[in-house]
Amino acid sequence: MNTDIRVSDHNIKLRTKKKSMLKEVWRRMRKNKGAMIGLVILIIFGTAAIFANVISPESNVTTQKAAIRLTGPTAEHIFGTDAYGRDLFARVLYGARISLTIGFVTAGISLLFGGILGACAAFYGGRIDNTIMRLMDMLTAIPGTLLALTIVAALGPGMINLLIAISISSIPGFVRLIRSVVLTVVEMDFIEAAHACGTRDPRIIFKHILPNAIGPIIVQTTSSIASMILQASGLSFIGMGVQPPTPEWGTMLSEAREYMRIAPYLLIFPGVSIILTALSFNLLGDGLRDALDPKLRS
Amino acid sequence: MVRYVLKRLLLLIPVLLGVIFIIFTIMALTPGDPARIILGESAPQEAVDQLNHELGNDRPFLTRFADYLYKAIFELDFGTSYRTGKPVFKDVIVRVPTSIKIAFNGIFAATLIGIPLGVISAVKQYSAIDNSSRVTAMLLAAIPPFWLGMMLIFIFALKLGWFPSSGIQSWKNYILPMITLGLPYAGSQLRMTRSTMLETIRQEYIRTAKAKGVPQNIVIIKHALKNALLPIITTTATSFGGLLGGAVITETVFSMPGLGTLIVQGIRQKDTPIVLASTVFLAALFSLIMLAVDLLYAFIDPRIKAKYSR
Repeated sequence: MNTDIRVSDHNIKLRTKKKSMLKEVWRRMRKNKGAMIGLVILIIFGTAAIFANVISPESNVTTQKAAIRLTGPTAEHIFGTDAYGRDLFARVLYGARISLTIGFVTAGISLLFGGILGACAAFYGGRIDNTIMRLMDMLTAIPGTLLALTIVAALGPGMINLLIAISISSIPGFVRLIRSVVLTVVEMDFIEAAHACGTRDPRIIFKHILPNAIGPIIVQTTSSIASMILQASGLSFIGMGVQPPTPEWGTMLSEAREYMRIAPYLLIFPGVSIILTALSFNLLGDGLRDALDPKLRS
Repeated sequence: MVRYVLKRLLLLIPVLLGVIFIIFTIMALTPGDPARIILGESAPQEAVDQLNHELGNDRPFLTRFADYLYKAIFELDFGTSYRTGKPVFKDVIVRVPTSIKIAFNGIFAATLIGIPLGVISAVKQYSAIDNSSRVTAMLLAAIPPFWLGMMLIFIFALKLGWFPSSGIQSWKNYILPMITLGLPYAGSQLRMTRSTMLETIRQEYIRTAKAKGVPQNIVIIKHALKNALLPIITTTATSFGGLLGGAVITETVFSMPGLGTLIVQGIRQKDTPIVLASTVFLAALFSLIMLAVDLLYAFIDPRIKAKYSR
């Protein structure tokens, strides 16, 4: 009876501690001007992406009006129209959907595979560690964009293949980071205790190790979303990513290139959207790093 | 030192072999029949099979890879273009200097802007200079190089007419690509330099030097920067991979005949040997830059020097 009470007591203590830690992180984030700016930008773009069809009907993305092609911003078309007379605002708006999807999906895929490989490498060590890390070394010997480009070259351009290419080229970074973080956790006493209790390996990895290594992983994921969005737009720009008429920002900029002289606003709106989105993830990543940094924790 | 250089040079061999293997494997996954691409859609199936047999495409994967490797190393034969029927090596090698120039200009610009600004930022922490360069660095990290390139073309080529917008005829052609490629990495160099310098100038030997009455500039450059350079070099070296990738896109923006534009053109025309060879050359270039950085590192770091001088 006595032990039971103690256990539940302990649980309560853990709960409150966890909550206060999140609160503490949030408190530090709120003081960080940069992180808050990033969060606001991200919320604006996120809302725009989710409610794109409420703000502007989807048909606006593809409706071509020859009479109003390449007209600058007006009251009706606040961002102007492109070379086919399509509403640029609607296209930029739906572009947010695509770019954010690319960012989150690729980050998710590389986090998943990077997590599994990195955790296995650190947890099992020895030959498994060696094999995984040498493979990752080989992958990092090829610059990321180049690797992604090669994969797109083999699979053919398109949204899905772009997702695969960017994910694969970002996996090595995640494996490295997660391996090093897990390595520090694996050494700790409570992991040994879990082993001693006969807990099975996957449970130890996912239940005990990863949650304790989550801080740096969140930071890396947030900042890497920015570089993934940039990379995706770059590949789309050279025609190797999302294909027209899909309103991806990089693809739109590639189309705008020909009309640079007469319609420079075609460069401004999609370009600034990419910059703001990437900036918001970078600012958030930096803010999270400062907030989660154990060195600052008193 | 000679031993260290030799060791690093030998290590380059497995790295390059690995790189070629990965790129070869990925390219082998390309759907579509090489002979079909060469002969066209209307060619009879027997002719396609015949050509595939002559090209050796019906052999097992590893045999093909070994063959490719052997020919590439001993005969400098990187295959024949599907489109022109000529060996790709010549097409690729003439474009290497352009790509090297673009990449090194970018690295040069990034270092020239990033490191001094980073040092000033750290020395005058929280000053107006520090704050503005931090904000600028943050912004630069978010700008896609191709967009920056197009804006530069718009302003400096179309509006002001100072620089040409494409080609490689004179040194003027390299200025805008240099800025396009260099600026985003100048941002990351600045951040790196700043944080490393901040850590270094808090060290006790810096305080000692200051207490001894060593002039501020000498403390910063000789005592602090020299020690801070090591981590700066390591971290920025890895970002050069991104820079080379950016070079591919920058070449496209400025229509420069480098390896990047060749890769894009090869992908569009489904010319696998071209894509394979130019990717291998770019990846090799990257490995060589990393090697150069490693050697530079050894040259600066007395610990490595000491380890190998025995």
